[in-house]
Formats: sequence, C-alpha cells, structure tokens
Amino acid sequence: MAQPEIKLGEERRGGDTETMEINMGPQHPSTHGVFRAVVELDGETVVKVVPHLGYLHRGIEKIAENRTYHQIIPLTDRLDYMAGASNNLGYCLAVEKLLGIEAPPRAQFIRVIITELSRISSHLFWAGATAHDLGAMTPFFYMVREREQILFFLEMITGARLTPSFFRIGGVAMDLPPEFHDECMKFIKAFPPRVDEYEALLTENVIWKSRTKGVGYLSAEDCIALGISGPMARAAGINWDLRKNQPYSSYDKFDFKAAIYNGCDAYDRYRVRMMEMRQSNEIVRQALEGLPEGDYSVTMKGALKPPAGEVYKAIEAPRGELGFYIISDGTVQPFRMKIRAPTFVNLQSLAKMSEGRLFSDMVASLASVDLVLAEVDR
Amino acid sequence: MGLETCLGDKYGDGVIVTSMEKAINWARKSSLWPCTFGLACCALEMIDVALSPYDLSRFGMEVFRPSPRQADLMIVAGTVTKKMLPAVLRIYAQMTEPKWVLAMGACASTGGIFRSYAVVQGIDQYLPVDMYLPGCPPRPEALIDAIIKLHEKIMREKPLHSSGSIQSGSCKI
Amino acid sequence: MTDVTKLKSAFPDVVVNVEEYRGDVTVILKQEAFLPVCTFLRDDPDYSFRFLADVTAVDYKDKTPRFVVVYHLLSHEHNQRLRLKVPLDDMNPEIETVVNIWPTANWHERETYDLMGVKFLNHPDLRRILLPYHWDCHPLRKDYPLEGKGEE
Repeated sequence: MAQPEIKLGEERRGGDTETMEINMGPQHPSTHGVFRAVVELDGETVVKVVPHLGYLHRGIEKIAENRTYHQIIPLTDRLDYMAGASNNLGYCLAVEKLLGIEAPPRAQFIRVIITELSRISSHLFWAGATAHDLGAMTPFFYMVREREQILFFLEMITGARLTPSFFRIGGVAMDLPPEFHDECMKFIKAFPPRVDEYEALLTENVIWKSRTKGVGYLSAEDCIALGISGPMARAAGINWDLRKNQPYSSYDKFDFKAAIYNGCDAYDRYRVRMMEMRQSNEIVRQALEGLPEGDYSVTMKGALKPPAGEVYKAIEAPRGELGFYIISDGTVQPFRMKIRAPTFVNLQSLAKMSEGRLFSDMVASLASVDLVLAEVDR
Repeated sequence: MGLETCLGDKYGDGVIVTSMEKAINWARKSSLWPCTFGLACCALEMIDVALSPYDLSRFGMEVFRPSPRQADLMIVAGTVTKKMLPAVLRIYAQMTEPKWVLAMGACASTGGIFRSYAVVQGIDQYLPVDMYLPGCPPRPEALIDAIIKLHEKIMREKPLHSSGSIQSGSCKI
Repeated sequence: MTDVTKLKSAFPDVVVNVEEYRGDVTVILKQEAFLPVCTFLRDDPDYSFRFLADVTAVDYKDKTPRFVVVYHLLSHEHNQRLRLKVPLDDMNPEIETVVNIWPTANWHERETYDLMGVKFLNHPDLRRILLPYHWDCHPLRKDYPLEGKGEE
C-alpha cells in the first residue's frame, strides 16, 4: 500500500509563511508519560520534531551493577509497569541462560499465563488510552473493566497489581492459588465477546478510521532500518514474533498465530493489538488446560554466582523485542547489564511518522508507538 | 431534599452559626481539584482511581485539571528525576494558593528503590509535602484514603492565622 | 548458531577472534576497519543482518583496552543473531558511527555517548539523550559513584 498523500501542508509550505515552534511536554496528557517534543509547525503541518527524553531516567543499569542477581528482579518490572511480568521474564531467562539452567515445565507454563495476562492488560490500557486521546472516551471505560479483572488475577497470584516481581531465577516464587483455575477459566470464556464489544466501538467506527488510517505510515523497510519490533513491525507485514521465531518458556507448545497486517499505519497497529489480545487469551487457556504437574522452581543452593561470561536474551514483550545483555564476572553482582528497551527504539520513528503530516495526526502516531516512558528512559 | 430541609424547621430562616475558619476549610476541602500530573508507575494507579472500578467522584475529588492554574492538589505520582525536577517545581509554582502536595508512593516520598545519581531522594526536599502515601505503587484505595486524610488535615488548618497555616512552607525554586 | 567462516575468510585481518558462549557467537573486530565488515554483514545474502538490535559499551576499568563497544545484530531472514565487539584502545574513546549502515543506531549511539562517554565520529547529532544537557559526567563508567557526584 502506497503512502497516502496529504497536499495541504505541501501547498502551504511554498508560501512565505513563518513556522512556529510548539513545546509538547514533558507533562502533557497525550504523551503517555513524561516525554517532551519540540514541534516546528507551518500552519497545521509538522515541519520538524525534536524529541527530548530522559525525564524518567532512573539509572536502572547502574543500580543493577550494585545489586545481586535476585535483587534486580524488582527493578525490572518497574521498567515497563504496563506489563511488568514480561520484564521479569526477560531478565530471569537471561540469567538462566547465563547459568545454563532451565525452569521446570510447570514454572514455564505459570510464567506464560502471567505474562500473557499482562500482555492483555497492557494492550487494553493502550487501546483505551489511545481512543481517549483521539476523542473516543467510551471504549476506555469498557476496557478498564476487563483490565481490572486481570489485575485482580495478578494480585491473586503474585500479591501485586502492577509490579508482580513474582518470577525467580529458575522458576516462580510459589504455585498458583487453588481457586485461580476456575476463576481464570470464567474470564477466558467471557473475554472474546468483550473484545467483540471493543471492536464494535472502534474497528468500523468512521471517526476512528479517519483518525488512524494512513496515519503514522512506516513501511517494512523503514521498520527494519529503524530497528522497530513488536506490534509496530507486525502492522507493516513483517512476520516476526519472537514467541514463534525464537521460542522461549515453552511457547512452541502452544497453538497460536502471530498477528500480521499490512497497512503500515496506526489503524493496523490497533488491529494487531486487538488480534494479539485474542491470541493471548487462547494461549492462557491452553496453558491452564495443559498445566503440567511438578516443581515450580529449581532448587539452588548458596549464593547465586553465575560463571564469567556474557549473554543476550530477547523476548517478545507487548511492545517489541525486549533484550537483556548481561556480563558476569563470576561474582554475585552482574558486571554490566544493558536493557534493550523496545519503546526506546520504536520512539525513534516519531519524526519519520509525523514530519510533513498534520499536527493532530502526531498524537495518533505517538500513541501508536505505545509508549512507556520508564522503559524508554530506564 | 438537601441541606435546606433539615435546617428549615429548626432554625427558621436557615441561619447556621459556625466559625469563619471552619467555613473556609469546609469549602476548600470539599473542592480539592487535583492536577493531572503523572510521572511513573504510580500514575497508572492514579488513573485507575479516577476510572469506573474505583470512581473517585464518589468522594467529589475527581475533577482532574490539566492546567495547574485551576488545581489545588498536586499528586506527585512517581519517581522525580533530577531532569524532571524543574518542571515539577514550575507546575507547583503555577498553582494558585491555597495548594497542597501529596507524595504518592515510595519514589516521591523518599526516592524508593532508586537510590542513584539521577533520582531526587524525596520531593519533600523541594516542596512542602502535606501527605505521604507509602506503597510501590500504592493501591487505588490507598490513594482515596490519603485524600480523605488530607481532607481531615485541611479541616484542622487555621487559614485566618498565617503563622498556623500549612501554606507557610516555602518552595525552593 | 551463526556460522562465521565466510566472514573470517572475507576479512582475515579485521576479525581478531571469535568466541562462543551459551550459543551466542561473538566476533571481535579491529577498530580500524570494522565499518566494511558491518556493511558486509548487512548486505551479504548469507548473513543479511539488516536489523541492529542494540548498541552499547562496556567499561572494563583497569584492563586494557578499557572500553569495548558492543553491537547486537539480528537477521530476520536466517533467524540468527550475532554480537560484534570492538575494543577501543584509547583513554578518550572514539569510534566511527554506524548510522549510515543501520539508521537505528542514531539513538543507541547517543545513549552510549551520554552514559559511557564514547564519542561516535561523524554522527549526525551527537547530543546527550537521557541526562540533562548541561551535565558533565558519564555515569555508567565504573569510576563514577552510584549516587552521583552531586549534579543538579
């Protein structure tokens, strides 16, 4: 699909108008956090976007160098508080790779259940907040209804709503509570009709389509050149989902499809996420039904001292490739830990998506990145 | 129906006798408008509080104002970094008196688990905090409770005696 | 696992060493001529590492070379990963940018410059990205204290 052309800005730019600079943020309701962009406008058309980050830079990588391997787990879920469990998972898998161990099958399934539930809650919040940004307030109230239920489940299992810190190196902290299975099954049955409800509100909605179709255009080539991963890349037709392509934590045992669309725009990013919610729901059902018996954690004795070496482990977080690069020098603390945060890289595309387009579309482009500023700034 | 029905019989013309301070405090605490201002993880719980499952409007606290000029409660929801600090202080300075500050969560209160070069170790070093809310992040009910406690605190204020006012705390800008 | 035989035979002088740990392949390159290797890895059909996942640097403090720049590559076509490491032997570390090969490197390199103080030559916009613009420190260096030196 070719990039739709907007003539308005092009015609106006030829004249002798002066451009104007607008400052957006660092505290702006539609930036989904403390993000600042200085936008140069010619009338309504964006001429230049200069993003300024770092308003939530907390120095997590430096703190991690001064903590033991177990102490780092609570740091990681504060990176991406929309889906904290994904970050726990990525980190634990990286350390397990460093140690050369694997969590027992039951722990892997429990991890998948929690991670996929977090993915649904993250996408729900994204869709609600984005619809809210673009003027549709009602979907938000529908979506937080189910999100709240998922947070209730997370709290039932882990004791925390947003920041579970439930995964341990070599497994999970404890087994699933006995009442979880039935409660969750009820939710899984009820959820797909709820997604139909959201889609009834948005997918064929004329206003929603006109605000998102062709907006934030990024071709597959641009996506790869800019290092974009996750739903943004899959909305450009790139068939790449790490759960499928480089399976971890038993994802190869589940039957699901990677959500792929070809529109390259904000609308298809929305459709990818809607589809992913249905798929995640399906994964949780399969994991609950096939939950293997056995231990939920490997037993490890003494202080955790991985052998000297370095690994990079990436997982498919709700926003894209989340990678942990850990260097061990054989002591109880990592020598260096680098976090490859998906939104930090994806946000780089903002200028490319917005320049030459209308200013009001920039809000849609920015929202379609699915920003979590704690992860961008680390 | 409302106040007038219970006052009408007893007091004839509907006169109530109270102290000026109580009347002022009552008016202030009943229209506490928070500033729409989220920083990190806690902001998500703050958003949750305003939405249907917890519904802050049951307590008349839900009027989040994007403009600091119209707000009188600043909920510092999340980690304040050194880079963000000037913006936080500016928002506080832009709010009109009387104003109150609620430090939501461990980071805003003390820096939390982020004891590093980039993080302000507690916003109370720069702003007069009226209420600390522990938790990482605190539950939505906890935030409602903190605002109710802040209401109680406002009722104890002495707005006519400037020396007794909480607002004498200065902001380092 | 990525097979690097072709790379080694194409650039025998630049590839210093190849390491493998837990299935991750690391190629250590000489700083002088590493750019052609990057272009080769991106364009050669046997590798086609068109996706640069990450750029970072490591400070080994007392060792020489002190700084090592690390690139993580991914090939969607072959479903393979590769790590490149380029040691910098200078106390004022500098290296050529790879923005012209992988445009995504722009922000990664700015971040590495910001936090580690590695200069990327010919970078289009080498400013700080995460820390305040007026700060004069590189916190991820090992000689920088965790709680900072009192920057405001």
